[in-house]
Amino acid sequence: MHELGIMTGVLEAATASAREAGATRLLKVTLSVGEMTEAIEDALVFSFEALVEGDPFTADAELEVRMISPRSRCLECGAEFEHDRFHMFCPECDGFCTELLAGRELQIDSIEVDLPDD
Amino acid sequence: MQIDMKQPILDKNDALAAELRQRFADNHVFVLDLLASPGSGKTSTILATIDALRDEFNIAVIEGDIASSVDAEKIKAQGIAAVQINTGGACHLESAMIKRAVDVLDLERLDLIIVENVGNLVCPTDFDLGENAKVMILSVPEGDDKPLKYPGVFQVAEAVILNKVDTMPVFNFDRAAFDDAVGRLNPQAPIFPLSATSGEGVDAWTDWLAERIRAV
Repeated sequence: MHELGIMTGVLEAATASAREAGATRLLKVTLSVGEMTEAIEDALVFSFEALVEGDPFTADAELEVRMISPRSRCLECGAEFEHDRFHMFCPECDGFCTELLAGRELQIDSIEVDLPDD
Repeated sequence: MQIDMKQPILDKNDALAAELRQRFADNHVFVLDLLASPGSGKTSTILATIDALRDEFNIAVIEGDIASSVDAEKIKAQGIAAVQINTGGACHLESAMIKRAVDVLDLERLDLIIVENVGNLVCPTDFDLGENAKVMILSVPEGDDKPLKYPGVFQVAEAVILNKVDTMPVFNFDRAAFDDAVGRLNPQAPIFPLSATSGEGVDAWTDWLAERIRAV
């Protein structure tokens, strides 16, 4: 359950960027989270809701989590393929030397904020 | 208004880990991050590893636990430098904690730092500590199905230690099923079956590790 720690960092970074832009409120945070990480969507949402509550600047903010499916490239035959957390072998040639192209993301994509002139 | 950030969530941790990695490289120190469940024999494995490698290498241990200094005391009793990190409830170590521990160690004199992460098969896998390798320990009593339940840790590990092999007959551990599951998740990772307390199989593991240490 490290989602609380992760989300604390997310909100710190999002709040800093929002304030830097002169915003009066944080409205939304959008994250990309790879399915190969150990971060669970429900726990991220729960942590976010618990953390935004205390501060009027963040209290109305919503969270969007884009879960990213794992995708790999086979280093033997070059095939690119999507897979789940458990099966990373190449479906074309059964090769096991594969390179993960996507699925380990933990990224703040963007935020939406309220500016005084909006 | 929308503001694009495209900022990695763990960028503070990762930036500090990169700094640490450079510092370790400059001092030719190999750093091993050991991941395992509570009670899998991390400390016993560390003690057996120290025993096998202490003639050739200068070793220090960083112990991560939620509370207490029980493990660090065991290491210090062997005459090895040990730094205890108490995470105070946190389920994993982060690079800022490692930095504080490393600051009190004499890096110039060291060849190997073993980091005993908090006993947990989930959270530590996402955190780069600046280590050269993450290695995981699974102990036989935990069961051969663990790769299916905790794939992440088996995927980030560069090697898998199977500890307490002397208890294999008691626990109905299906070695073939375990090897097969690990092989599917992480085909390049060697598996080292051993018993840290009896010493059986420890050589193969420490030979592998020694080769890695000599290479840095």
